[in-house]
Amino acid sequence: MATIAIDRTAKQIVLAVQDYSLFAWRAVLNLFRPPVYWTDFLMQSDIIGVGSLPIVILSGFFTGGVLALQSAATLSEFGATAVTGQFVGLTMIRELGPVLTGIMVAGRNASSMASELGSMVVTEQIDAMRALGVDPMRKLVTPRIFSSIAMLLLLTIVADAFGILGGAAVTVLISHQNGTQYLNSAYEHLRYSDIIQGLTKPLFFGYLLGSIGCFYGMRTTGGTEGVGRSTISAVVTSSVLIIAVDFVITHILLTIFPT
Amino acid sequence: MSDTSISAAQPPAGEQEAGPVVALRGVSLDFDGPPVLEDISFSVASGETRVLLGPAGVGKSVLLKLIIGLLRPRKGTLHLFGEDISTLPEERLFPLRARAGMVFQESALFDSLTVRDNVAYQLIQERVPDGEIDTRVREALSFVGLEETFSLYPASLSGGMKRRVAIARALIHDPELILYDSPTGGLDPVTSTTIIELIVKRRDVHATPALLVTHRLQDAFTLCNHRFDSEQNCMVPLPAGETNPNTTFLMLEEGRLILDGSLDELLHSDNKFVREFLE
Repeated sequence: MATIAIDRTAKQIVLAVQDYSLFAWRAVLNLFRPPVYWTDFLMQSDIIGVGSLPIVILSGFFTGGVLALQSAATLSEFGATAVTGQFVGLTMIRELGPVLTGIMVAGRNASSMASELGSMVVTEQIDAMRALGVDPMRKLVTPRIFSSIAMLLLLTIVADAFGILGGAAVTVLISHQNGTQYLNSAYEHLRYSDIIQGLTKPLFFGYLLGSIGCFYGMRTTGGTEGVGRSTISAVVTSSVLIIAVDFVITHILLTIFPT
Repeated sequence: MSDTSISAAQPPAGEQEAGPVVALRGVSLDFDGPPVLEDISFSVASGETRVLLGPAGVGKSVLLKLIIGLLRPRKGTLHLFGEDISTLPEERLFPLRARAGMVFQESALFDSLTVRDNVAYQLIQERVPDGEIDTRVREALSFVGLEETFSLYPASLSGGMKRRVAIARALIHDPELILYDSPTGGLDPVTSTTIIELIVKRRDVHATPALLVTHRLQDAFTLCNHRFDSEQNCMVPLPAGETNPNTTFLMLEEGRLILDGSLDELLHSDNKFVREFLE
């Protein structure tokens, strides 16, 4: 019995991965074949980008502040508090900015996409759309995925900027250090490779959270309870995958741009 | 077909000569379990209205979704507008689906759009000018008697009103085939009659071929025994003993087609299941 259960679960996982790959690939191809729904792309960009701005600003600012607090305590033991800016800047831009923004936006938007599309599936609105001759993949999925990519890139830049500002606020107001020194340290040690690393990741994370949110939404079964399950699965899967993919991308980028 | 049938809203001769709008041959379907539909064969000709009868859960709605290509048959061939859609890629199905109209069981209106945008959904996608959209939406809403709902959202409509808006949405594109999935299910008798009247009106005024799924015999009989009087602008009963010749019946029993014929054949069937259903 156990072997049968393992066999069935393994098949389900392989099938789900296969379905997801085909789904994600179709969404990409749709961008290069008409009709492309640009209005929906702009509407989704507003929902994902502008709508996520407050949480990204707040989380970025306080993460930068915490980094400055923690690093100042450790660095002061070595008399190196002057490099707090470098530490906060590099950590935010290379790692925490993209990952934190990815997870925050996944929590807000992957869940929203899964529940919205899931509700449309269980109330037959997706079938109605198909019956009216409109492809839901083109109309609903592709705009959401590409808006997620574009907006996550911009939101990451915002999170980086507010993270560095948060660090500056802590450095000046709590650690009573020189703000100019902090900002100079953050700026001077920044290289193009760091920025490339920091801005490559959101492209992958945006694609992941958008495609996973839509994938779970479009696969919803089982009524309103199913919508809840899809929403949870979308948030959990996209958040875990963002961290896992971050590891892989970081490894590859560090090989390309060694420190 | 009954000898007492009257001739009503015959489609043009050219359309009669053309092949059936829908043709199923040996269609079977399952969802990784026992068969939902097995060896189904029938067709819908131009100008014909077919009433698909059967109790809940026998696969009537699934059959409608197969016909419009929302599901794929496991076996058999399914022709829609002369094209075999059983293996047709999804992308090539969209233009075919756009030629048909479907009224879903629970209306399936887009809850984030107004009635105007719901009814005009296809026109908006085709980038028809706003002025023309408004005119055509008002015409379609006038057909179902709901002009006043133009700017409302589906949440503020009753079940019967939603069903009528769904009919307007299905009709605005002047479809070549209409599929009604239990259009009167869960509605009160007065609203049900209003909806059946709309279906009769569409049948008799435009002669649009249709497939109507229902488990309500009274709806089926009303369709067969009434005609739309354009002068009085209402549905009137046919003289006693007369039936609409273009309205015929199908019946499903646990995924199998057990009847394909006229009202007369339905009423005089020897099949035990049909007898029980009628009684």
